[in-house]
Amino acid sequence: MNNNVAIVIVSHSIDVAKGTADMVRQMVGDEVRVAWCGGNPDGGLGTSMPDIKRCIETVYGPRGVAVLVDLGGAETNSEMAIEMLPGQWQQNVVICNAPIVEGAVMAATEAAGGSDLAKVRATAEELSP
Amino acid sequence: MAHLIEAMAGTIDAHVELLTGLDQAIGDGDHGLNMKRGFAAIHEAAEELAALAPPEALLKAGLILVSKVGGASGPLYGSLFMAMGKSGAGRTLDRATVVNMLADGVAAIKKRGKSEAGEKTMLEVLVPVLAALSDGVANDVRLAPLLDQVRQAARGGLEASRPLLATKGRASFLGDRSIGHLDPGAQSSYLLVDAVCNVFEEGATQ
Repeated sequence: MNNNVAIVIVSHSIDVAKGTADMVRQMVGDEVRVAWCGGNPDGGLGTSMPDIKRCIETVYGPRGVAVLVDLGGAETNSEMAIEMLPGQWQQNVVICNAPIVEGAVMAATEAAGGSDLAKVRATAEELSP
Repeated sequence: MAHLIEAMAGTIDAHVELLTGLDQAIGDGDHGLNMKRGFAAIHEAAEELAALAPPEALLKAGLILVSKVGGASGPLYGSLFMAMGKSGAGRTLDRATVVNMLADGVAAIKKRGKSEAGEKTMLEVLVPVLAALSDGVANDVRLAPLLDQVRQAARGGLEASRPLLATKGRASFLGDRSIGHLDPGAQSSYLLVDAVCNVFEEGATQ
């Protein structure tokens, strides 16, 4: 177990989420805790708030968690999941406004260097126009 | 409460294809099935919900939607119900309280969706519905004409979504091509408002 900022990947597609996590893993190995989820509660395209919450809880640590999302509902459900976390955790979990694949890889790479959550997020968000 | 649940779940179930069709035109086509999944889960919990005080039931129903819907409409409708439940908790459910509950619910949707009316969303229906309800209650309008006012506001708001340019959600990717289509979220909100009005109407005539 390490003390770096952790990454959560939330896609509408479980395949995109898993594939993105694979790419992150290739870059950072086990230096960064990564969790991913995708699909609605029936397994179709979409996102699931309870799944997102579970992912965050799985990797949560005091340095915080950066969440990478794809489209609208993934963001809205992630916001909701964060609000369902214990109060003192909430400010330690941020959604990055960044493309999901590039953002996750960049955020994880930054996190692997020991950067704090604000820096990890900023690095991911540099990718957004 | 059991009647309301029945009516809302029923109208969503009966209009899945309509919602799906509208969402296929300007979105990702999942609104019908997502709403069906959410309201079917509420329907399954109907007995448990009906045993609760209405605000608690709303809170619980909101949580079910958030957990089950799987699209952006889950957190949006979930926030509406949950905020209405929180707002009404421990209060006497008179007309003024109901107005306040809906006002808090609509405010929660705006916050969750970072949106206002005019962006081709469910708010095109819910904002005029709130205004009509609030206006009618302030003027002591009797139940039957009040329900008519609310229904008309919902119908008007739904139609008003057609010419709008979507600037929120998946429909915004279409740019000008979103113009000329009814918004699926406005349609589902219309259906729910209409169903709720029907229940109160039947209650009044019984």
